[in-house]
Amino acid sequence: MLWVDKYRPKTLDQITVHQDVAQNLKKLVTEQDCPHLLFFGPSGSGKKTLVMALIRQMFGASAEKVKVENKTWKVDAGTRNVEIELTTISSTNHVELTPSDAGFQDRYIVQEIIKDMAKNRPIDSKGKRGHKVLVLNDVDKLSREAQHSLRRTMEKYSSYCRLILCCNSSSRVTEAIRSRCLNVRINGPTDDQIVKVLEFIGKKEGLQLPSGFASRIAEKSNRSLRRAILSFETCRVQQYPFVSNQAIPPMDWEEYISEIASDIMKEQSPKRLYQVRGKLYELLVNCIPPEIILKVIILSQFLLIFSVLMCDLYYLVSQRLLYELLKKLDAELKHEVCHWAAYYEHRMRLGQKSIFHIEAFVAKFMSIYKSFLISTFG
Amino acid sequence: MAPLLQSSQPWVEKYRPKQVKDVAHQDEVVRVLTNTLETSSCPHMLFYGPPGTGKTTTALAIAHELFGPELYKSRVLELNASDDRGINVVRTKIKDFAGVAVSSGQRQGGYPCPPFKIIILDEADSMTEDAQNALRRTMETHSKVTRFFFICNYISRIIEPLASRCAKFRFKPLSEEVMGKRILHISNEEGLSLDEEALSTLSSISQGDLRRAITYLQSAARLFGSSISSKDLISVSGIIPREVVDELFAACRSGNFDLANKEVNNVIAEGYPVAQMLSQIFEVVIEAHDLQDEQTAKICKKLAEADKCLVDGADEYLQLLDVVSQTMQALSSSMQL
Repeated sequence: MLWVDKYRPKTLDQITVHQDVAQNLKKLVTEQDCPHLLFFGPSGSGKKTLVMALIRQMFGASAEKVKVENKTWKVDAGTRNVEIELTTISSTNHVELTPSDAGFQDRYIVQEIIKDMAKNRPIDSKGKRGHKVLVLNDVDKLSREAQHSLRRTMEKYSSYCRLILCCNSSSRVTEAIRSRCLNVRINGPTDDQIVKVLEFIGKKEGLQLPSGFASRIAEKSNRSLRRAILSFETCRVQQYPFVSNQAIPPMDWEEYISEIASDIMKEQSPKRLYQVRGKLYELLVNCIPPEIILKVIILSQFLLIFSVLMCDLYYLVSQRLLYELLKKLDAELKHEVCHWAAYYEHRMRLGQKSIFHIEAFVAKFMSIYKSFLISTFG
Repeated sequence: MAPLLQSSQPWVEKYRPKQVKDVAHQDEVVRVLTNTLETSSCPHMLFYGPPGTGKTTTALAIAHELFGPELYKSRVLELNASDDRGINVVRTKIKDFAGVAVSSGQRQGGYPCPPFKIIILDEADSMTEDAQNALRRTMETHSKVTRFFFICNYISRIIEPLASRCAKFRFKPLSEEVMGKRILHISNEEGLSLDEEALSTLSSISQGDLRRAITYLQSAARLFGSSISSKDLISVSGIIPREVVDELFAACRSGNFDLANKEVNNVIAEGYPVAQMLSQIFEVVIEAHDLQDEQTAKICKKLAEADKCLVDGADEYLQLLDVVSQTMQALSSSMQL
């Protein structure tokens, strides 16, 4: 079993990173007055762990017996019948699903299927009808219409079931839904917290951790606990006992992207663009989400390589005037690059084919960078 | 889990004023409507104003006071945005209801029971223009037996012919004082302890919207128990603490791109909603008096663009970074002047 799953806290009391949130949730459940909940926060911050622990707190150990089902629903959509296939994870008391998996048909899921599920309420030992809990993942990816119908569904079936919604960014969830839920913000764990968790795991596994090793992993993890634990395990597999200066392997696709980025920095020509396209396709084929390619990685790689490059240049250029000029240009270029990254990411969201927009960004970057080089060095 | 307890009824519903005279802060409307209660005559009404100022409450209260619980069902038709309100509904349902004759005015059980029915159209600004047009004639032909109450946020979305047939009332945002009084009343009833600071925080974050204030209060009470501090309220409302916004803005002022990038990363990792961040940056920019008009304009324009992009579903990190970088450029451009 992966360490990520092995050391996932099972109950609200075991949770260490968001202790305050966990205690508050516990209070909510013990008062038996649980409103709809909306969890939001960056990935790897522990939203899912909290939700699972919360469900366990509500229903006891029976919530852990889950089965994965691949169901097909037939929905009558007025003029035609729509068939929707969806994977659900369910126990007797809760159902978990990702409605945005159904693409543009997500509206039917929200309208029909949730209604369907809400009707089948479990009966507890005393013969009372209990509540069902529906966990919906990625609500921020739901279409506008689906969110609007969700609003009515939430009100109508609030006496039958409780909704727990999870998403990364609450900006994309409409105000109407947010105002009907108790919003819980889950922040990414700080580096210190990650270090503590890693040390805890190390102790449990009986590993010797050199000083500073855990904090280096934490630093690299971008405040995502999941990533930190995964790369910790990778390190364990690669080399044990640890040495204090052991390299922490980045994810292979990240390495690949930084390779692309340095390719682009080296040469700016249509030919290079063509080569880069091949590599980008390879990434897309491997199911790396396009927005991630463009977003943090390419941008941050650019900024990083760029800074290194500029440092070299500063070093070479000793004349005061040119030095100042370069410094100004450096900042200006960064502004420009991040502006275009934002611009093309937005376009990618509106459009259909993501490759066009990533490539456009790459081409734009090449032209900006080239003209910068020409204007500086003639 | 046990079935729903009484306590889970939203406080917004629980403390909704039942009588027109209890409606806070809207003196003009209350005066006209109390008059209506005495004389049992009233014009068509159009209530408009920002959310949470008591429009729906007033309309429901007057309807209840006029007809009492027995006649209410047969005399009042309530339609809001979640009901289907296309042109067909206007043609059939509303027209049918409006056309029914009613017995002439006799007081029943202490209620005035005037000889007309009331149709309340909540959130009327989301009705299509066609549907509104179809209402025009209906309003006139049945004016003897039917009164229409339109409720909306934006009066500009109501077509002129409809608006001119109604008595218009603007609902003002609630002042902090009035809101404070109401909140105190509720917290006394619910047995909450609320200090002075928390009270003023609640008034300021809800910006004159009483419904929002009460919702925040209830969420905070559920989550943190009976003593509520201003920090609890801020965490429930999703407002970003002022220090975080100030720090980001300070990073913009410093003109150091890498520092700003770090701050942006931090904001994203903390999970603050960026749309909220934008509106709070906006407040900071407006309040900053050392900026020139042109700079403020530039920053605001960028904020608006980024907000649109976010609505379209663009990435939060990139948009915020773009805003920050453009703000930085706008700020540094003054230094050269």
